[in-house]
Formats: sequence, structure tokens, C-alpha cells
Amino acid sequence: MKVKNVVIAGLGGQGVLKASDILADAAFRAGFDVKKSELHGMSQRGGSVSSDVRYGEGILSPMVPPGEADVLVVLEETQVEINRPTLRAGGVLIAPDVLAPEALKNKKSLNVALLGAASTVLDIADEHWIAAMHANLAEKLHTLNEQAFEIGREAARARGLS
Amino acid sequence: MTVERLLLSGDDAVALAALHAGVRLGTGYPGTPSTEILETFDQLGGRAQWSPNEKVALEVGIGSAFAGARTLVTMKHVGLNVAADALFTAAYTDVEGGLVVVSADDPGMASSQNEQDNRHYARAAALPMLEPSDSQQAYDFTWLAFEISERWKIPVILRLTTRICHAKTVVRPRPALQTLPEPHFKRDVPARVMIPAYAKPAHLRLRRKLAEIAAWNEAEGPFELHEGDPKLGIVATGIGAMHAREAAPDATHLSFGLTYPLPIERLRAFADRVERLVVIEEGDPVLVDSLRAVGLPAEGKPEMYRFGELNVERVRRILANDTSPEAVPPKGKPPELCPGCSHRGVFETLRDLDCIVSGDIGCYTLGVLPPFSAMDTCVCMGASIGVGLGLRHVLPEEQARRVVSVIGDSTFVHSGLTGLAEMVYNPPPTGHLVLILDNGTTAMTGQQEHPGTGRLLDHSATNLLNFEETARAMGVQNVHVIDTTSLKDDSLRDLITNLLACNETSLIVTRQPCVLAAPKIRLYEKANAEQRAATCAADLVD
Repeated sequence: MKVKNVVIAGLGGQGVLKASDILADAAFRAGFDVKKSELHGMSQRGGSVSSDVRYGEGILSPMVPPGEADVLVVLEETQVEINRPTLRAGGVLIAPDVLAPEALKNKKSLNVALLGAASTVLDIADEHWIAAMHANLAEKLHTLNEQAFEIGREAARARGLS
Repeated sequence: MTVERLLLSGDDAVALAALHAGVRLGTGYPGTPSTEILETFDQLGGRAQWSPNEKVALEVGIGSAFAGARTLVTMKHVGLNVAADALFTAAYTDVEGGLVVVSADDPGMASSQNEQDNRHYARAAALPMLEPSDSQQAYDFTWLAFEISERWKIPVILRLTTRICHAKTVVRPRPALQTLPEPHFKRDVPARVMIPAYAKPAHLRLRRKLAEIAAWNEAEGPFELHEGDPKLGIVATGIGAMHAREAAPDATHLSFGLTYPLPIERLRAFADRVERLVVIEEGDPVLVDSLRAVGLPAEGKPEMYRFGELNVERVRRILANDTSPEAVPPKGKPPELCPGCSHRGVFETLRDLDCIVSGDIGCYTLGVLPPFSAMDTCVCMGASIGVGLGLRHVLPEEQARRVVSVIGDSTFVHSGLTGLAEMVYNPPPTGHLVLILDNGTTAMTGQQEHPGTGRLLDHSATNLLNFEETARAMGVQNVHVIDTTSLKDDSLRDLITNLLACNETSLIVTRQPCVLAAPKIRLYEKANAEQRAATCAADLVD
């Protein structure tokens, strides 16, 4: 399978790294080779942060080369233009405006909701997404996040992203 | 499927390998991107501890290795500067148990004050260095590092970089060691006491060890050859090898893991079989210079690619000898002091008083940015105090009186204590003022404990280093503690103004837990209090 390149971006504290952990774990559970790369440190203090996930067969560099992302997920509108250069021509952009303004009960699940939206264009089976969410999120938040994932997925389908 | 398949960061892979290889003690000082190694090692059940700084961590590690225990010492690249004094002489000694020193370099400075290339340390200290290019190699090379260390009784440097530490890739671990030698002290003075009489033969011994390791590297050291078009031959190490193979899939590639001492004959044979030989390495031209020094016609990268990280696109440009200006990525939002940080008021006060602020490493470095713009210097851990004193010594009095040193709590323990001793010993004529912004944690690297928190790496209770009592005992003339939640009035402003006006040595500790860490700190304290209560009850029953 061709390498699938996904970049997840936003601001420190929004759950960018958590979302990329879930995606990488889901792809891993689906049996793909996976590499995931991110920068920590200063970026945790409210600054811009992004994480690259690549999966498929025989991944080499852990970083998505500029202009080669198949999917770009951005958790904060102000970060869309900053990250747009990572997207390839014809790549899919997923930003908060995919969702209706009041779609989420808990804003903290935005990362998972946008992951749900992204799942409609990523070839990973449901069971792996669910397992990855369970492995990476606190148990008491499982229901909330599963709902958020579904809300994102429905919104993306309604908008014809997939 | 008999082999377990895991998705691990390079840091986690090192921790798991340390556990499987029987490491008895892991020491270090937190620093991005190395921090998670010891945290994971602890979570996996290993014995890990934070030291006040990297030099102490390595010294403890040397002792542990002298006693025959496999030992892991972790730090970020600049931490190795702090530990260098111990490292260079440890190279002369015979370590009994394997001693592996991790240097986590940060090319591109994602969260560091410089992008030094610690491959220079291998050559300078004459120590073998292993450089993995993904998590599997991080795991395998940790094992190998212990094997090399014990076979030749020599410390081994495991050099990681940001994209190894924080990239998750697939790892297939091997079975853990079941039996390990028990630590035991065996007296061997000439191999461990480096007075000149013993150090002179020790240096000769070290060079012999290196020659043997080089021969081993030639014959059976870790390397990967990917056959391709012989027109282009690429030699690469670390993460550069991965970028290179993706950037030029049709070329012939050689990557190798033990990057000091080099397998020169192997490289020579590779050079002979390719038409064009290009070296892909992040950072300084260390490898290319070594190849040229033995007469190999190796091409390096244009100087512009020395700065920052490499990636697939940059490697393509290097191979094409493209030195046209690179696209400037749009500027992201810079980090900032947390909105609720209780120490923001300190920087506002220093700004309003127009102080000359000698700053330090950590969250508080962010005091340099608007809206505070309240920092004038920042060099390395602990430098705020020494640099502040230097400014005080030579500036005209009117300016000298405005100089203040600002340092965080973890940084103060790391290397501010000796600065305080210098202030007591060589006070400038106008005195000096040091502020410790104590937020009760090592916040910037992800809330690690340190000797000033009274809790160990696993957050259980231990003795507490009291800053104000320490400062008084050291002879600082004015010592004040301020709870920053009570900063509704001008008390801090008035206090600083008064202390700047007098010619004495002064310390103000502003104290309030990090807003991000406070909820966890309350939990740790509660658990520790319950444990202490339980212990006392047990004592009474006895």
C-alpha cells in the first residue's frame, strides 16, 4: 500500500499529540508499518504544535515531507494557513468548521471529533479506531469520546468529504 | 507470530531495552527530548531517579557501574556539557558493569538554547558512540551499548536526536535477560583512581580499547547496505539515513550504527564501488570530514543545511546541490507563559521597575516575550546568577543597581547553588538580588520532581531541600519568601526596590505551584501524607 501521510496541527494544550497517538495506534493495530513524529517542549506552552503520522508499508522518514500530506487535520482555525503548505495538491483539509458550532457537548473532545472526520478518508477499520481510543484515553471519557468521534464522522460525511 | 510487535517512541524503546538488559539503576536530569526515558523506565518497574544535575547523575552512574551494575544515565545534549568533566575521566576508568550515557541532541532547537552536535564528544572523550535511526535500533543499540561497554570496560554514548526520541516506530523486542551478576565491589585502584601515575597508562589503555572496538566495528559492527544504482552512493547515520533512503530510493545506501570509532575500511570499500559518494548527516560535517581525512572523495552538504533539522525535501536538495533559498515556513504562534501562571506578576514588576534581568532556562525564559519583555540575558542552566554578578561588577552604579537574577526552582538546584556561593564569596559593591521563582516542579520538561519538591521521580516522599534556609546558612544577607497569590498589593515591588537600593546580597523566593502541576501535586502530597501516617501507626504498634 502507498504511504498515507497525515499531519495533525493546532495549539499546545488542544490534544494534538493525543490525537496523533490515537491515529498512529489505530494504524498500528490495523497491521501497517507506522511512524509518528512530533516536537515537544516549548510547544506545550500554548504555541503552535503539530504531529506527523505516516503509515503503510515500509515507512522510512518519520516526518511528512512538505507538500506531501494526504490529510491535514487542524484543531484551531488560526493555524490553518500556517499548516496549509504541508498539504499536497488534492489533499483533504479537516478543520473545526467541519462541525456545526454547537455540535460538541465538551469542547475538549474536538481532537477526537476531527479524528472522526478524518477517519472517513483513512482506510482503517472501525474496530481499530475504537481500540486505539480505549488504549489512549481515560476510561471515564470513553463514551464521550466515542460520541465525539461519531459526530465528527457524520459531519464529514454530510459535507461529502469522504 | 511469536514476536511481540510494539509501537514505541525512541525514548520508550531505550527504557524497555534498559529493563530487558537488566539495568539496575537509571539516573539523569530531565531535558527535552530525553525526559521520557527515565519516566518510562520507572513505569516499567526499573529503578530510576532524577539527580540535581547531569554531572551528579553521571557520577552516581559511574559508581553504580564500578560496582558491577548495568547503569543508564540520560540527559539532553547541553546536559552533556554539564557532565563532561566526569565523562572525560570516566573514559579512562574500567567500568565493571555496562555504563551507557544517553545524549539526546536537538537539531533545529525545538526546545533548546543551541543545536550543538554531540558527535564531537565521542571523539573528544574517546568514547564509542552508537546512533540509532529508528525505535527498533534505539532498542537494539541500547542492548549493544551495554555489551560493548562490558566487553571493553568503557562507557558508551548512545546518541539520540529529537526525531528518534519523539518519533514512534514499530519495535520487536527480544526476551529479557533472566540472570545478571550481583553488584559487588572489587578493589581496582589503578583502574579507578586517576592520579597521573595511574592516568598515564589508563590513557594508553583507552586508545587500545578504541582500536579494538574499531576493528570489531569493521568486522561485525551494525551496518545496513541497500544495493541500488552505483552512480550515487549515500553514506548516512541516524535519522539522516531514513530521510536519504526516501529521498533517493534508487541510490546505493550505507548506514552504520557505531559512528565512533568509524569502520573506515568498510566505508572505503563502499566508496570504491560507487561513482559519486555523498554524506548525509544532520548538524556539523563530522562524518564527511573524517572520510576526507582518510582520502575518500566524499561530498558533504552545502553550509546552509548545517542549520536546523534535515528532512526528505532538504536531502533531495542536498543531492541536487541546490543552494537556492528555501521556502520560509509561515510563522506559528510562539509559546507563552501560561495565562494563569502565578509568576507572571514577577515579570510585570521587573518590567515596570526597568530592571536589567539576567534570566535562566525553563518556562521563565518566556518572560523575554511580550507582554513582559523582562529578560536581557539567558545562556545556560544556572547562568542567571553568575552573569548577573558579572554585570553588577562592571556596570556603572546606576545601571548595576538595576540588575536582577531570575531563576526557577529546578534550575536553582541544578546549578544555581554554586552561583549563590559565588555571590556570597565575591559580592559586587552594590550587592546583588536573586529571585527564585519556585513553582514546585520542573515545569518546562513536563513536571518532573527535583530536590526542592520533597518528592522522588515516582512522586513518593523524600527529604526536601529548603532554599531559604540554605541561602541563610550560606550567608546571604537578606532572605525573603513571598507567596505570589498574595501579590494584590505593591509588596513585591516595594521589596525589590528596597533590596536594589542597599549594597547587600539578597534572595527572594516567590512561591506558588505551577498551575498545570498543582492538581497532581495535591494528589501526590495526599498520598504521601497517608503513607507517612500509616508508617507512624506501624511504628506505634511495634
